[in-house]
Amino acid sequence: MSKNFNRRAVLLFALMFAALATVGFAQSWSLALAIVNLCLISAVMSLGVNIQWGYAGLFNVGVMGFAALGGVAGVLMSVPPVTEAWRVGGGGIAISLMLAIGTIVVAVLAARHIPPGNMRRLVLAVIIVAGFFLIRAFFDPAVELIEAVEPAKTGFLGGLGLPIILSWVVGGIFAAGVAWIVGKIALGLRSDYLAIATLGISEIIVAMLKNEDWLTRGVKNVSGLPRPVPYEVNLQQAIWFQDWAATLGVGVVEFSSIYVKLCYAGLFTIVLLFVLWLSQRSLNSPWGRMMRAIRDNEVAASAMGKNVTGRHLQVFILGSAVIGIAGAMLTTLDGQFTPASYQPLRFTFIIWVMVIVGGSGNNWGAVLGGFVIWFCWIEAEPVGLWFMDMLTSGMDEGSGLRKHLLDSAAHMRLMTMGLILLLVLRFSPRGLIPEK
Amino acid sequence: MDGALNSFLLLSNFVLVPGMAYGSQLAIGALGVTLVYGILRFSNFAHGDTMAFGTMAVILVTWLLQAWGVSISPLPTALLALPFGILATIVLLLLTDRWVYRFFRREKAAPVVFLIASVGVMFVMNGVVRFIIGPNDQRFADGERFIIKAREFKRLTGMNEGVAFKTSQGLTIVTAVIVVAALFWFLNRTRAGKSMRAYSDNEDLALLSGINPERVVMITWILAAALATIAGTLYGLDKSFKPFTYFQLLLPIFASAIVGGLGNPLGAIAGGFIIAFSEVTVTYAYKKFLAYNLPPDWAPDSLMQLLSTDYKFAVSFVILVLVLLIRPTGIFRGKAI
Repeated sequence: MSKNFNRRAVLLFALMFAALATVGFAQSWSLALAIVNLCLISAVMSLGVNIQWGYAGLFNVGVMGFAALGGVAGVLMSVPPVTEAWRVGGGGIAISLMLAIGTIVVAVLAARHIPPGNMRRLVLAVIIVAGFFLIRAFFDPAVELIEAVEPAKTGFLGGLGLPIILSWVVGGIFAAGVAWIVGKIALGLRSDYLAIATLGISEIIVAMLKNEDWLTRGVKNVSGLPRPVPYEVNLQQAIWFQDWAATLGVGVVEFSSIYVKLCYAGLFTIVLLFVLWLSQRSLNSPWGRMMRAIRDNEVAASAMGKNVTGRHLQVFILGSAVIGIAGAMLTTLDGQFTPASYQPLRFTFIIWVMVIVGGSGNNWGAVLGGFVIWFCWIEAEPVGLWFMDMLTSGMDEGSGLRKHLLDSAAHMRLMTMGLILLLVLRFSPRGLIPEK
Repeated sequence: MDGALNSFLLLSNFVLVPGMAYGSQLAIGALGVTLVYGILRFSNFAHGDTMAFGTMAVILVTWLLQAWGVSISPLPTALLALPFGILATIVLLLLTDRWVYRFFRREKAAPVVFLIASVGVMFVMNGVVRFIIGPNDQRFADGERFIIKAREFKRLTGMNEGVAFKTSQGLTIVTAVIVVAALFWFLNRTRAGKSMRAYSDNEDLALLSGINPERVVMITWILAAALATIAGTLYGLDKSFKPFTYFQLLLPIFASAIVGGLGNPLGAIAGGFIIAFSEVTVTYAYKKFLAYNLPPDWAPDSLMQLLSTDYKFAVSFVILVLVLLIRPTGIFRGKAI
C-alpha cells in the first residue's frame, strides 16, 4: 500500500516537472522559472492551509488577509525609514499606540475585576469608547502630518531598513498574532463561524492596507523593495558573469534574468523544504495523531481528555503563520507591495483548490496541488483565449458576439477553478495524493 | 428649536432613509441565507453570487424591454423584468442542487463539505456572471429618480435641510414589506411552509410524518432564488450593479443572519436593520449635525466621522464578533451554537 502510494506521488511530481520543462522548451526558460517561483510560494501557502484543514478540519476563508499581513511585513522591515515623517508624526503615532495598549489593558482589568452583568458591559463600553476618541485625538493629526511629507515619493513612515529576508519571519509572526485573536473568538463554535470570521478579517486587513497611507502608502503602492538576490543590471556589468554566460553560450541579458530567478527559486525551495520537513515531522508525531483523532471524532477525543478548542487554536495559528511567511515571500519576489492586488479569488480560493486537489491531510499532496493548480491558473488564460479563438473562428471578424467572447476569455479561469474544485470534491474527495 | 428640527431632517436624509433602504436589502438577502441554513444546515457562500446572477438576468431582460420600448414609468422597468430574473435564478439553483448538493446530501456529508462545495459554486457563478455581463459597473435604473427631491422639500417646508427620497428607496421599503409578509404567510399558513418549518425543527420527526425531504429542499431553493434576486435587484437599483460588490455583500448579509440567529427568519430581518443602521451611523460625518446643535464657536472643524466609509465592513465584523462573544446563538436564538 505504502509502496504504491509513493510510486503514484513520484509519478505525479515527475509529470509536473515534465510539464514545466515543456514550457521551458516551448516558450522560454525565463517564463518557466517565473512559474516555478510562484509554484513554490503557492506550495508553502497550501501547506499552511493544509495544516489547518487537513490536520484539523478548520475552514479558513481568510488566506488573503494573512498573506497580505506577510506582504506588509516585507514593507515594514525592508524600506529605509523616512526620517522626516518620523520627526513630524512619529511621536503622535507612538502616543496613540501606547493609548491603544493602555485602553486594552484597562478594559481587560475591568473585565476581570467587575462581576459579570450589565454594570460590567456599561463600564467596558465606556472605556472602549473613551479610548477610541482619545486615540483619535492624537492619531489623526499625526497621520495628516506624515502623509504630507513628500506625498508623491513617501508620505509614509517607511520601515526599518533591515534585510527583506527577515520579513519572512516577521510576516509569520504578524499572521500568527491576528490568527490568535480570530481563533480566540471564533473557534469552539460551529465551523461556519470560523469561515465567516476569517472572511471578514481578511476583508478588513486589506481595506486597512489600502487606506492607512501613513503605514503602507495605500493604493499608491510601495515599489522598489530591496532584494535578497543580485540585480540583473549589476550582473550584466560584472566581468565574471559575462565570462560565465560566454562559456555557456547564452545571451548575457537572458542569462542574468534566469540567474536571478534561480536565486529566488533556491531561497524559496529552502523555505518550502523546511516547512515541509516540520509538517511531516509533526504529522507523524504523537501531536499529529492527536490532531487527526480530534478531526475525525471531536467528541471521542474530548472524552479522552484532549483540549479540542486549545488544539484547534494552536493549529490555526501555526497554519496562518505559514501563510504569512508565504505572503512575505511573494512580496519579496514581486519587489513591490500593491494592496489593490489582494483579491480573494486569487489569494484565498485558489489556495483552497490547491489543497483539495492535491489531497487534504497530505503534505506532499498540498505541495503538488500548489504546483499543479498554479500551473493551470497561468496556462488557463492562453488556452482559454486559444479555445475562444477556435470557437469563434467561424464568426464574422467584426461581430459583436465574437469580440465579447474573446474579451471574456479571462473569466474562464474562475469557472475552471470552480469546476475543478467541484469535480474533485465530488469524484475524488481524497485528492491526487490521498492521505495514508 | 429650528436647529433641532433641521438637524433631525439632516439625519433623516443621510441616515434614516438610506439606512431603512439598505436594511431592507440586507434583510431580504439574510432571509435567503437563513432559510438555506435552516433546511440544508450550511452557510451558503454562493448567496452573494446568486444575487449577482439574478440581478444580471433582470438587467438583461430590462435592456430587452427597454429596446422594445416597454416601460412602466414612473416605476423602473426592472420591476417588470423581476419575475423573469427570479425564474432564471430558480432554474440555476435547482440545477446546482441537482448537480452539486444532492450528492453530498445522500452521502450525509459534514456541513463543512457543503460549505466548500458552496465556495466552488460561488466560483462558477462568479465566472458565469463576469463572462456574460463583464466585471464592470452597470446601471439599469430608469423611470422617475425621486419621489421627493431635496430642493422641493425645502421649498414646501421652508426648512434649511431637505429630505430626498429616491424612488429606489421607496420601492425597496415597500417591496421588503410585501416580501416579508408573503414569506411569513407562506411559512405559517400553507402546508408547504409548515412542512418546511417542521423539517427545520426536527428532521427525523418530519420524515416520520411523511414529509418528502427533497420537496422541502426544492421549495427552499425556490424561495432562496426569489429572495436573492429581489435583494440583488433592489440593491442594484439603489446603488449600482457590479459583480465584485455583490461578493462583498456576503459579509454584512452573514453578519445580519448570525446577529439575528442563523435559521431564524425573524432574526434575519432584525439583523439586517441592526447591521445597516450601525454601518450608516458609524460612517456618517457628523460635522453639520453638530454645527446645528452646538453653540457657534464650538462647531467642529473636522468631519467628525467615526470611521471612514472604506471600513464599513469592519462595522459588520465588529458586531459579528460581539454577538459571537456574548450570545453565539444570536438575538432571536437561532439553531447554531
